[in-house]
Amino acid sequence: MSEHEEKRETDAHSGTETTGHEWDGIKELDTPLPRWWLYVFYACIAWAVVYWVFMPAWPALPGLAGETDHTRGLRDHSERANVALALDALAAERADGFAALEGASITEIENDPELLGFVFAAGEAVFGDNCATCHGTGAQGFVGYPNLNDDIWLWGGSYDEIRTTLTVGIRAEHPDTRFSQMPAFGRDELLTRSEIADAADYVLSLSGGEADSDAIARGGVIYDAQCASCHMADGSGDRAQGAPSLVDQDWLYGGSREQVMASIHRGPYGVMPAWDGRLDEATIDAMAAYVFLLGGGEDASERPTGQ
Amino acid sequence: MTQPTDQQQAAAGIPRSQAEAVNAAETRELYKKREPIYPKLAHGKFRLAKWAVMAITLGVYYLVPFLRWDRGEGAPDQAVLIDFAGSRFYFFFIEIWPQEIYYVTGLLIIAALGLFLASALFGRVWCGYACPQTVWTDLFIMVERLFEGDRNARIKLDRAGWTVDKAWRKVGKHAVWLLIAFATGGAWILYFHDAWDTLANFFAGTAAPSSYVFAGVLTFTTYALAGTMREQVCTYMCPWPRIQAAMTDREALNVTYRVDRGEPRGAHKKNDSWDNRGDCIDCKQCVAVCPMGIDIRDGAQLECIQCALCIDACDDIMAKVDRPTGLITYETDDNIDRFVAGEKPRYRFMRPRTLVYAVTLAIVSSVMLAGLVMRTELDLNSQRDRNPNYVRLSDGSVRNGYSLTVINKATTPRVLQLAIDGDAAFQTRVLGAPADAPGQLSVGADTTQDFVIYLTLPRAEIDGPREEFRFRVTDPATGESASTRSVLITGAD
Repeated sequence: MSEHEEKRETDAHSGTETTGHEWDGIKELDTPLPRWWLYVFYACIAWAVVYWVFMPAWPALPGLAGETDHTRGLRDHSERANVALALDALAAERADGFAALEGASITEIENDPELLGFVFAAGEAVFGDNCATCHGTGAQGFVGYPNLNDDIWLWGGSYDEIRTTLTVGIRAEHPDTRFSQMPAFGRDELLTRSEIADAADYVLSLSGGEADSDAIARGGVIYDAQCASCHMADGSGDRAQGAPSLVDQDWLYGGSREQVMASIHRGPYGVMPAWDGRLDEATIDAMAAYVFLLGGGEDASERPTGQ
Repeated sequence: MTQPTDQQQAAAGIPRSQAEAVNAAETRELYKKREPIYPKLAHGKFRLAKWAVMAITLGVYYLVPFLRWDRGEGAPDQAVLIDFAGSRFYFFFIEIWPQEIYYVTGLLIIAALGLFLASALFGRVWCGYACPQTVWTDLFIMVERLFEGDRNARIKLDRAGWTVDKAWRKVGKHAVWLLIAFATGGAWILYFHDAWDTLANFFAGTAAPSSYVFAGVLTFTTYALAGTMREQVCTYMCPWPRIQAAMTDREALNVTYRVDRGEPRGAHKKNDSWDNRGDCIDCKQCVAVCPMGIDIRDGAQLECIQCALCIDACDDIMAKVDRPTGLITYETDDNIDRFVAGEKPRYRFMRPRTLVYAVTLAIVSSVMLAGLVMRTELDLNSQRDRNPNYVRLSDGSVRNGYSLTVINKATTPRVLQLAIDGDAAFQTRVLGAPADAPGQLSVGADTTQDFVIYLTLPRAEIDGPREEFRFRVTDPATGESASTRSVLITGAD
């Protein structure tokens, strides 16, 4: 301790030295740091030195760090490499499940509790990443986006058909994409407004809707001329063309008279991207099986034909 | 402190100890540095009892992990095992699942009530005999005595300068302490994995990292708490001494100095009369043996763990001076007052307080026992899908999805039959059920299995917004059955 420090004033009440600073008679005590705090502080400094040696620490020392832009440390630790390793490990862990899925029928998947669990886990994740934006997280759908839980399928509800639809998409940029187009009867002035109203009355009557019988009769004539080629004479629809059934209780674009008229007016043109090329085959398998097992799939024993 | 001299005689042939009650209320300051305590070895029935309790408790702690219990194929054969990885707790014939943690709650309630009852009857017997802090501190003091000798030798050694003799004694003591501490931390981890495997893996360096961490932490705490902190743990860290005040009363048997007999205290000369004076010769042996650094003659104190070693020390002296033993003894506050007033002592173990504790203890124990006896090995939980809440199918019928969790606690696999108890005519589909037996659920041994179930209510059957029903599974092999309530939402008004 220097001569100067020894002369510092000691506070009578606490017995602690003051710093010599004084403001309006208020003096500052120079309370020493607690011993344990100081030791922890020294230990931290020592730890930092150890850390420099073992872990990546110093950035951008030209010539010293070789090809990298920082010191590597003895452990050659890299979070990026660790993430890559973890992803590889994850893929390896999942490989068995995806391999078992390949070529399996839904019946086989169902009868293997492990594979079933895998499909629900993997399928739900893939669905959430890629499908939920339009179809909803529970696949419940919205107006214009089909509910995938029910038993209504525009392009077919077998495992193979679902898988194909996912692969090529609907009205998508894929050479084999599912394609059909309903004319915009109103916008393109193929039908007058009153003709569209009559057609709507007729279509609604197919599933039990009530309307003026004259209007239904007039609508029937229009239907046979304009609609029956795709939606079939009895309104049962045609999956080969993605033409929905008009006799069931489900309306993709809404079931009120106004909504049906609007659909006839503009000709719906729903689009789903093709997942071929975006997702690998195994992932599409899991996604298709998951959608199938949401409850509406048809013919569980059928195998996917693959690509 | 000064060396004991021959001049300071408490009675003929009995030197007065220089022991000071360093933690006595009068001398203790709030921010005082710890003053070391050098407890002297006591001899007597309570010391013997404490050795016995130590042997039993430590024996149980160190050896129980090695006990085996056959549970059949695939199940661990360790009698007491807390299996976090498999999320099971095994205790001999009992196996508990995580959702049955209420058994542990019940056990803790029983332990607390037991402690209350013991406190109401005998004061801090737990602190004095069975508390791990007391047991390990006792063991560490024993080791200290082996290396450094008894009280006076230890004081002398600590005051002396560093010599080879002092060095090896100190190093030896700390080495054995660390060894015991390590055995303590090491035994702890044996309760969480198979003991023999863990033992082998631990020394091969292949045990789980958590094993090393916990062994290390408990080695450190044992060494620090029993070796260096000792009575400070009881006085400053432990909440129990504070709770004591509410748990004990004037009719509880506590380690007590009988003021009526002892006072006025003072040195006794040979052939002097014992009339008109107390039996206490102020030899301070009670202070010398006290591991808490107090003087029991100051009355009930926060620091006193009631280890009863002062009773042994005092009885020894009383026998030597030919006075009746029991100057320090287990006695109630009320009886001390009665002794002072010249009345006879009265003991009342059946008091409202003890009766309430005992009855509560009996009730909780009965409930626990009944729960254990009536524990079912088959259980069922269901969770209805809420996204989507319901699905309307093309023909107007309504479908709800459920995940059904079947819990099989038996050690054998089961094939169960699913039934729906309810009025409505549901169509049932179970994913994974065999085509020829649509309601058949296969569940492995000692596990849970989830099933996806779709229930469909035809359009014609819908007559309200909801249909209540129960899922029921039955084991045709044993007749066991379990059910759980659920509901189907129709979406109708």
